[in-house]
Amino acid sequence: MHHLRLPATVIACHDCDLLQHEPCLEPGRTARCVRCGAILARSPADSVDRSLALVVTAAVLYVLANVYPLVGLELQGRRVEVTQFGAVLSLWQEGMEPVAALVFVTAMAFPVLEVVMIAIVLVPLRLGRRAPGYARFYRLVRSVKPWGMIEVFLLGMLVSLVKLAHLASVILGVAFWATAALIVVLTFASRAFDPRLLWEQAEATP
Amino acid sequence: MTPAVTARSLGLLSCHACGQLARPAPVALPRCPRCHAPLHDRKPASLATTWALTLAAMILFVPANTLPMMTTTSLGGSQQDTILSGVVFLWTSGSWPLAAVVFFASILVPLLKILALLYLAASVQRGSRVAPRARTRLYRMVEFIGRWSMLDIYVVTLLVALVRFQGLATVEAGPAALAFGGVVVLTMFAAMSFDPRLIWDPFTGDAETPDD
Ligand SMILES: [Zn+2]
Ligand SMILES: [Zn+2]
Repeated sequence: MHHLRLPATVIACHDCDLLQHEPCLEPGRTARCVRCGAILARSPADSVDRSLALVVTAAVLYVLANVYPLVGLELQGRRVEVTQFGAVLSLWQEGMEPVAALVFVTAMAFPVLEVVMIAIVLVPLRLGRRAPGYARFYRLVRSVKPWGMIEVFLLGMLVSLVKLAHLASVILGVAFWATAALIVVLTFASRAFDPRLLWEQAEATP
Repeated sequence: MTPAVTARSLGLLSCHACGQLARPAPVALPRCPRCHAPLHDRKPASLATTWALTLAAMILFVPANTLPMMTTTSLGGSQQDTILSGVVFLWTSGSWPLAAVVFFASILVPLLKILALLYLAASVQRGSRVAPRARTRLYRMVEFIGRWSMLDIYVVTLLVALVRFQGLATVEAGPAALAFGGVVVLTMFAAMSFDPRLIWDPFTGDAETPDD
């Protein structure tokens, strides 16, 4: 058994450890584990160009979502408007520092990290070069990915608006719509990016 | 059918970051030849970590549901709300779809997640051979839905920031926000530390995949 040489296309399932051949995927198809059904590989179409376009869009939306107010409230002629960071800040000032930090990290910092990673990896790839330190950065982003919860944040915003509707009139800000659009773009960007490109490139350019 | 051959049974390690299969170098801390991530046969101390974090989350789940999540002060006086009374408020004010969403995300999801993790850890501990496919699916579901329990934390954040009309109405965050944030973070780490390959280890070398 021990001098068995495995072909390069053999992979182990990350959920059940079964060895199997990685099938040659047509663009747009997904490969699943024969034993436990885990997704083993995806093959997005036009991965590089599509990811880059989505990354640029996401960057613009992210700026809009953070510069403009999310929502405003009007009560007896008085008006309060709040940005994403402003909301985190007021929680911090109330003595809820750990919760404020959790909100900052999950709703603002981590969601965008994947986009930054894709950009840092893809721009040099497009130019036929290899980004320095890309492997470490790729690993970092993979490990923080589950902590990006911007879509839950948007749902939280809807719930709070319903709770407030009886108290005051609610004004949706530019950042609200930008956040909604950002969620869609982030989902597509993360699907369009094929991490295998990264390793293929790394092996081609020593 | 050929027997199930796993990476472990051939002495190979698969990189958790990039998926590369590697024969580990005989050093204390082998690393992936392709992306340089540390290689492990299984996630280190997986079961013990999952147990510890899940039990800690269970303990925090109590104050998260009994202490006030926020205090609303208005002309009519001051009112303290727990997670459950927030759901009841949404229900009685007529927005029952949202009440259902908040109940699901804030009460049902954390509870089911803790129960699922306890079941997964206990079944692996016993070396169970029952329904591995279903248990793997359960694990993937725990990973997927866990994030939605952050909902109430975001709601409190936004209410505190928005309702700042001095003399008319203000909202303050309560201690349950801290406990609840703790439950979310602990259960997420617990799910991440669990290694689903442990579910399948009792089947190594078996000729057939057991059905559910
Ligand atoms: Zn599998
Ligand atoms: Zn690797």
